[in-house]
Amino acid sequence: MRLKAQSFFLILLLPALGILLLFIALPISQSIWLSLHRVIIGLPGLGELFIGLSNYRELFQDPVARHSFWVTLFFVTVTTFFELLIGLFLALLINLRFPGRGALRACVLIPWAIPTVVAAQMWRFLFNDSYGLINYMLFGGNSTSYIPWLALPNTALAAIITADIWKTSSFAALLILAGLQIIPEELNQAAAVDGAGTWRRFKHITLPLIRPALLVALLFRTIDAFRVFDLAFVMTQGGPADGTNVLQLYGYRKLFVEGLMGYGSAISVVIFIIILFLAVLYVHLAGRRLMEARI
Amino acid sequence: MKGSFYRRSILAAGVLASAVFSVMPFILFVSTAFKTHSQVTAIPPAVWPAFNLDFFHSAIFRYDILAYLRNSFIVAGSTTIVTLMFGTLAGYAISRLKTSWSRFILLIILSCAMFPQISIAGPIWRFLRWIGWLNTFAGLIFPYVALTLPLTVWILALFFREIPEELESAALVDGSSRLGVLGRVILPLAAPGLFTAAILSFIYAWNEFFLALLIVTDPSRQTMPVGIALFQGEYTVPWGEIAAASLITTAPLVILVMFFQRRIISGLSAGAVKG
Repeated sequence: MRLKAQSFFLILLLPALGILLLFIALPISQSIWLSLHRVIIGLPGLGELFIGLSNYRELFQDPVARHSFWVTLFFVTVTTFFELLIGLFLALLINLRFPGRGALRACVLIPWAIPTVVAAQMWRFLFNDSYGLINYMLFGGNSTSYIPWLALPNTALAAIITADIWKTSSFAALLILAGLQIIPEELNQAAAVDGAGTWRRFKHITLPLIRPALLVALLFRTIDAFRVFDLAFVMTQGGPADGTNVLQLYGYRKLFVEGLMGYGSAISVVIFIIILFLAVLYVHLAGRRLMEARI
Repeated sequence: MKGSFYRRSILAAGVLASAVFSVMPFILFVSTAFKTHSQVTAIPPAVWPAFNLDFFHSAIFRYDILAYLRNSFIVAGSTTIVTLMFGTLAGYAISRLKTSWSRFILLIILSCAMFPQISIAGPIWRFLRWIGWLNTFAGLIFPYVALTLPLTVWILALFFREIPEELESAALVDGSSRLGVLGRVILPLAAPGLFTAAILSFIYAWNEFFLALLIVTDPSRQTMPVGIALFQGEYTVPWGEIAAASLITTAPLVILVMFFQRRIISGLSAGAVKG
């Protein structure tokens, strides 16, 4: 009976594992395989020639790819930092008890819920060079000093960073909120009775206890920021002068616009390795504890 | 929140700042949909729109936004149903398997959620082309099921775990089949978890852009995000129509968030740390 039950449960797993094998595991392995070959979509006659690590060698010397890597790294660092900061603030706020907390929580969720593409069009509109609200707020009616935000490499990157911070700070807030909710209220009350002020309670009780949640938020946000695509695609198309040409956008261009399946796969494998490294770090630092606590 | 006037004002300021930060940019943008042509590019910006519906008319009749909306409903709805079916079976199995097994399988399934889409996109595209599923709804739905399964399985496994096994044993003794037990005893009890997983999967599939851009290039089959991203006017950017389409796409999500804010928060934080 016991053995029969176990095999019954293993059968229940098959549909899910089958889908994941077909659409995640096999594609990943095929990407690795493709990255070792020269495959061009437009030239099927060329076949699939094995060229070893040539694609990677070419990639590491490709100035556009290197630039793209640094742009992405800068994007990831800045957005993650501000998202955690704003997320922590929002989480502390929506964890308090006050009338209208439910409504505020719903408001905070809105940026997370709307499609990234909509957020991108929204910020493209607000950053418009001649009638955008941001220029108006900074310079009023004096249109001669308006900045063409999306037409200059550095300000375009800043615009995309702004859009990402707006869009995903609330997700960071939710992850941190989960950490805040497990702090027993008696702990704070006891400390308050002992005369500890708000700041000291935050520093000595809240902060150490939400460290795991902060870590999870940090790694989730880092991993996700490395995959940025939609914002750059809609707001700037990677321009100007590759100023916002993030890695996933560059990979997309090589794979699907230029049809370089081999070279594009090398880019996608590099992104995969970066994220895998971060994920392993995540599982190592927080995952074990998480699994033990819940399962 | 007891406390002094001083404390209360700080709280009020924080609440106000957060609300403005979260919803104000979006309200300013979608209000464009209700403006007139000249209001859209006016400086100073027209804060109060004329409540003109021309842009909605144009978005619906010139740009055929409702067709994109229908496609989005088909794709997101089907994704949700399939992912819930597969996720229920897998989540239930994981919650009832021996611990050593279930941990291992859960780890494998969760690690699938980490992969960047770009690193699976090329092969998925080749595979779909090979089986003739490019430009079909199924070609979008199945990859979406794969991408939403990890969180779904995780949420459901946590819910099923809370349901005592004695309930099943009792039903089994009464002569029910194992699948019958799952359907009649377990599922009704796990309804809140199913609902949470359904909302999150739906939102994911509704918003997904990258794969939708690659897999469906035929405009009559494209989903809303692709339509909004590729909006083209003849000479200028059609901001009014883009804003109208954005509002139409986002409205179902805003409704979900307003009514099910608590479920969404608990579902998302299931992925966060406990302890």
